[in-house]
Formats: sequence, structure tokens, C-alpha cells
Amino acid sequence: MEQEIALTAVDDQAALPLVGRLHQWVVTVDHKRLGLMYIGGGLFFFVIAGLQAVTMRLQLAFPDNHLVAPQVFNRLMTMHGTAMVFLVGMPILTGFFNYLVPLMIGARDLAFPRLNSFGFWLWLFGALLLYFSYIGGDGLYGAGSAPDVGWFAYAPLTERAFSRGNSTDYWILSILLTSVGSTATAINIVATTFSMRCKGMALGKMPVLVWLALVVAFLMLVALPPLSAAQAMLLLDRYLGAHFFDTQAGGSAILWQHFFWIFGHPEVYILVLPAFAFASEIIPVFSRKVIFGYHVMVAASCAIGFISLGVWAHHMFAVGMTPAGNAFFAASTMLVGVPTGIKIFNWLGTIWGGKLRFRVPMLFSLGFLFQFMVAGLSGIMLGVAPFDWQLTDTYFVVAHFHYVLIGGIVFMIFAAIYYWFPKATGRMLNERLGKWHFWLFLIGFHLTFDPLHFAGLHGMPRRIYTYQPGRGLEGLNLLASIGAVVQALAVLIFAVNVLYSLANGEEAGPDPWDAWTLEWSTTSPPPEYNFAIEPEVRSRRPLWDLKHPEDPDWQYE
Amino acid sequence: MASAAATPIPAPAVEEWTLPSRGRVGVLALILTESAFFSIFVAAYVFYIGKSLSPPYPRDVLSPPIVNTVCLLSSSVSIVFAVRALRMGHTRVFGMWWLVTLALGLEFLAGTALEWHRLIYREHFTIATNLFGTTYYSLVGLHALHVTVGLVMILIVMVLTAGGHVTRRDAEHTELLSWYWHFVDAVWVVVFTTVYVIGR
Repeated sequence: MEQEIALTAVDDQAALPLVGRLHQWVVTVDHKRLGLMYIGGGLFFFVIAGLQAVTMRLQLAFPDNHLVAPQVFNRLMTMHGTAMVFLVGMPILTGFFNYLVPLMIGARDLAFPRLNSFGFWLWLFGALLLYFSYIGGDGLYGAGSAPDVGWFAYAPLTERAFSRGNSTDYWILSILLTSVGSTATAINIVATTFSMRCKGMALGKMPVLVWLALVVAFLMLVALPPLSAAQAMLLLDRYLGAHFFDTQAGGSAILWQHFFWIFGHPEVYILVLPAFAFASEIIPVFSRKVIFGYHVMVAASCAIGFISLGVWAHHMFAVGMTPAGNAFFAASTMLVGVPTGIKIFNWLGTIWGGKLRFRVPMLFSLGFLFQFMVAGLSGIMLGVAPFDWQLTDTYFVVAHFHYVLIGGIVFMIFAAIYYWFPKATGRMLNERLGKWHFWLFLIGFHLTFDPLHFAGLHGMPRRIYTYQPGRGLEGLNLLASIGAVVQALAVLIFAVNVLYSLANGEEAGPDPWDAWTLEWSTTSPPPEYNFAIEPEVRSRRPLWDLKHPEDPDWQYE
Repeated sequence: MASAAATPIPAPAVEEWTLPSRGRVGVLALILTESAFFSIFVAAYVFYIGKSLSPPYPRDVLSPPIVNTVCLLSSSVSIVFAVRALRMGHTRVFGMWWLVTLALGLEFLAGTALEWHRLIYREHFTIATNLFGTTYYSLVGLHALHVTVGLVMILIVMVLTAGGHVTRRDAEHTELLSWYWHFVDAVWVVVFTTVYVIGR
């Protein structure tokens, strides 16, 4: 009964003229529309920052190349890094949480819909401000353009004396704005999961994704303020003559590094935990099994959240901390590997003995599993302080964190898009194009980042705009650059797939994957109010209970 | 779907269902994130204690603002009385205690302003003077900014109360505002200890 009522939802927006419909998107406070705008905005900047990466790879394809000038390269590198973290990773992941959390817990919206809209527009204009720096960065001095201080903007290079013009100010202000937007989302997600769950959904019955959203929201609340605070200090230095990071007045450049990485390392987990969340929803559905070790999975997520707050200085082994400091942060880095390993075993346990369906979301998830494990292992290597002294600031580090960010996170973002696209649009993405996308992206990814590990072991430093011939780096770099082009091609196929499927995709229906969580119980796309009648839940797989009244899950939980 | 032959198992009823108010959870989350923000400024202050390369040093120019502190901490008590009165429906009593809170908060802000005026114009001590000035003005200023924001919100409620728009129904909203105010007071305890006790 409940289902039938929900399925006859009407879309009264369709009747409006185009301007009216666009206006609806601007004034909306609906979590689904805001979620989609976050994801769409993130994908837009993904293309821009991705093309900047391809430009860098083309410059590095051959030794002594002169495609771009060194100054331009520094800007490309800074903008690529900053944009991929704050303008791509953050919005896409918070966009998914925005869209999915209320649907999965049987709520009609987030706890504070207007705050949510406020956060989105802050993010969007902050993001535009970052790229506006290419035009406005000159400022009154006629010096500078886009920021060129690296995504972590180490002091004292960012002080007024060394960074003229307004480029660093653009970096500070745009990231400050997007951080406030993310904080708004985080408050919203915490309040939603604690206060808006439908009847029967105890904390222990929430989908793993919602648990991870909660952990990520807490991490955002605790980890983003250190960055904002440090940026506020930097602004005071630059404009009021304060001395926080001014080494000539006794200020400390190392303090900036501490503050930045107190934010920076939890940020890695803010980005990767959503990837875990997608995997924890997709892998069970395509293995036709309940997730293995739900409670352990949740506990491991919380443990990662806590431990990740105490590992930051493993980014700073090379600055000369005390032996006790090095030992502590090396040990805590090893420790965070334990709950992460538990998660990998849980996903393997879910797959083990399952009836696997190799659809595109599952393919991307399997790629994620393998690549994320490799990324974790090279992370453990870098966590050993003496090993890090040898390889710090080389391409080994670049290869390691791109294995995490692309091999782990981007793969799971693609998996999530293929999995939830039918829910958001009512149409399936094309499977054939999807497989082309997957295989090309997989090949391109490994072509780029496998050789870069070896370039790093050979001693190639990062953040250089070119290198000399005859040092054993030519072949590795050429391979990496070819891989970058292959990846770009794969993303192009993905874009074609999205546009094609929006118009011509197969009708999805409410539940195309035969899945078990609440978002699949309403229409695709869901009506503005999500559920006509508030659902009641008795187990962690409410839709299974509905489909199998003779063998419901709540008997076993 | 289930085959026709299978017998459905009757589902147990879902028990009584109450969840915390979203406003309370939201304000607690805001307080958590604000605490993280303040802790970085406190960390910077502590890190730079005694590292200034030039005078003046804290002992030369700072004296503990005892009256200010007493006023601000008392305002935390008066706001509790106000909220309690509103919950019982005594709007007039609420208005009186709310006014007391506003006055105590304003006294604190005025006290800080006088202290800064003395430091800047008589001691010629600014944010650019040395590391002590840098950390002192940013930490105390950040707190004063939060006091100002709190006072603006308290003032809005005061105006609404004078217009007769605040009733028993708004008890939770005023309580949430009081939580923020308690947080601002608690931060002052930390700032006071750091700046005027440990740092001096």
C-alpha cells in the first residue's frame, strides 16, 4: 500500500516554462536538488582541474619541454590541487550525502533546508572566486595572477613580502568561503541523522553510508576550523601587519605546517570515507549478500575518524621534529591502517560466496578495492619516518596520494554515479559506454600512476616544471603522460554517456538494482516530499523485508 | 517478490519513537566546530608565550579585567533565570532577566573597548608591535567578536519581547541562544586563564 501511494507522485514543476524551471533551481531548498547542484558543480570543476592536470602532464611528457612557462606551471599545480580538493572532492561527496542521507533514513528533507541552500551558494561563489583569480589576481600591484603557492600554501612564502599582488588572498578567501559552506552541511547532516530518522530506524539500523556520513560530518566540524583559523591568521599577517608566520619577528613557519596538516590529514579521511560509504552500499547489492560485519564496519569507521585526528605530522617528518614526535606520528599512522584493513576484509567477506553481478558500479568498486589497498600499502611505507626522509617531495608521494584520490575516491565516485543516476533521473546510464569508460579509465590510471612510483624512487622531485634528459626519467614520464590522455578520453566517454542517457536511457523504474535501502522504495526521481507516508523500519534492509515477507531480516538481527 | 505459497511472518510493532530536537543537536554541533576554531587561536597564543623579540611584554601592560569577568560570568546566570521564567510563561520576568543579561554583556564589551583604547593610544601597543600583540589582539578580538554576535541576537530577542512577540512557545529558541551564550562565557574562562594568568 505504502509503495503504491508513493509511486503515483506527480511532478508539477514540468509544466513551467524554462525560465521558471531555472528559477526553481535557484530558490530551491530541496535536499535532492541542492545535492544534484553540488555534484554537477563538482563535475564541472573536475573537468577544468583535470584539463589543468593534462596540461602539466603534457609539459612533463618530454625532458626540457617548453609548453608552459615555469610560473604558469606553478599556478597550474596550485590550482589543480586546490580545486580538486575543495571544488571537486568536497562538493561531490557532500552532494551525495545531501541527496542520499534523508532518503536513506526515511526523512523528507535535511534538518535545516535553508541552511543547506545557504551552504551551497557560499560554496559556489567561493569556488568561482578561486578561478576568478586568473583575472583579478593582479590587484593594484600589477603583480601575480592565480595562486602559485601550492595547495598547502607554506609560510613564509605566502607572506606579503614574498607573495605580492592578490593571488594568495584569492586562495585564502575562496577556501574560507567554501569551508564555511561545508561546515553548514556538516551541522545539517549531524542534526538530520540524530533527529530526523523515521520510525524504527535506531542508530544500529542505519545504512553504513549514513554512519559514514555522520563520521565525515564530525570530522568536518573538527578539522575544517583549524584551516579557517590559520587562514584568518595569514590574512591578519598580510593586511594588519601581524607576525604569526613572520619569521623575522620570531614567528614560526612550522606552526603553519602544523595548523595546515591538523586540517589536511583529516581532510584525506573526509574525502575517502564517503568512498568507503559508497562501497559499503554497492558491493552488497551486487554480491546479493548482506554486508559482512555491520557492527565492526561501523566501529572501524568511528575508529578511523578518531585516529585520523592524531596522525597529521607524518606530513612533516622532513622538517626536523624531535625523535619522540617522529616516533609518535609514525606509530599512529600504522595504527590508522588497522581499522582500514578491517574494512577491506569486510568488503572481501561480503563478496566471498556472493552471486556477483558485474555491472558498471561493481566494476568500479572492484577497481577501488584493489587500488585502495595498494595506496594503503604505499601509505604505510611513507609512514616509516626514515623511508619518508628518503622519498619526501618526490613523485613517489605524488603517485601514492593519487592512488588514494583517483584509484580510491574517483573510482568510487564513478561507481556511485552509475549506481544512483537511475534514482536521480529515472533513466539508466548506458552499460556499454559505461564499460568502455571503466576499462579506459582503469588502463589510463595505471599507465599514469604506476610508473610515477618508480620515477619517485629514481629521485624525481615533485613540483618541478621540467627535468633533464639522461636520468632514466624519460620513458616513465612519457608513459604517465599518455595515461593522462587516456584518462581524459575515458572521462569524455562518461560525459557522452551522461548526456546520451539523460535523453535516451532505458527507463529505470523505482528499484532497478533490486536493492534494499529506503531510497529505492520511492519513485525515480523521488517527489519533492520523498515519501508520501513516513516509512517504518524494522531491520537494516527495509526493502528486503517488504519484498520477502516470508523471510524478513528482522528475525536475524 | 514472495511466492504466493510462502506465509508472511507478521511484523512486530515499532516501539515508541522519540528523537532529540534538531535545534539542540544543531547548536551543539555549532559549538563543537567553534571550539575547534578557538582552540587553534589558543594554541597559537600558548605557543608564542615568551617568544616576542621586542617589548612590551604582557606583564608591562596587562592587568586582569576582574570586573569584566564577573559581569560576563554573571550574565550566564541571569540568562538561565530568564529562560526558566519564560518556560513557566512569566514573560515580564523573562524580559527583566533578559535585559540584565544584555546590560552585563554590554558592560563586558565596553570594558574590552576601554582596555584596547588604553593599550593602543597610551601604550602604543598594536597587533603589529610584536608576537604578543599579534596573538593578544587576535585571541581577545575573536572572543569579543563572538560576544558582539551574541549581543546582537540577544538585542533582537529583547526588541521582540518589548513588542510582545515572545511567548512560552519560544522557550526552546531562547534556550538555544543561551547555550551559545554559555559557550562564549566558557571560552572567556579559557581566554582569561591563558592571557591573564598563564601568559602573564
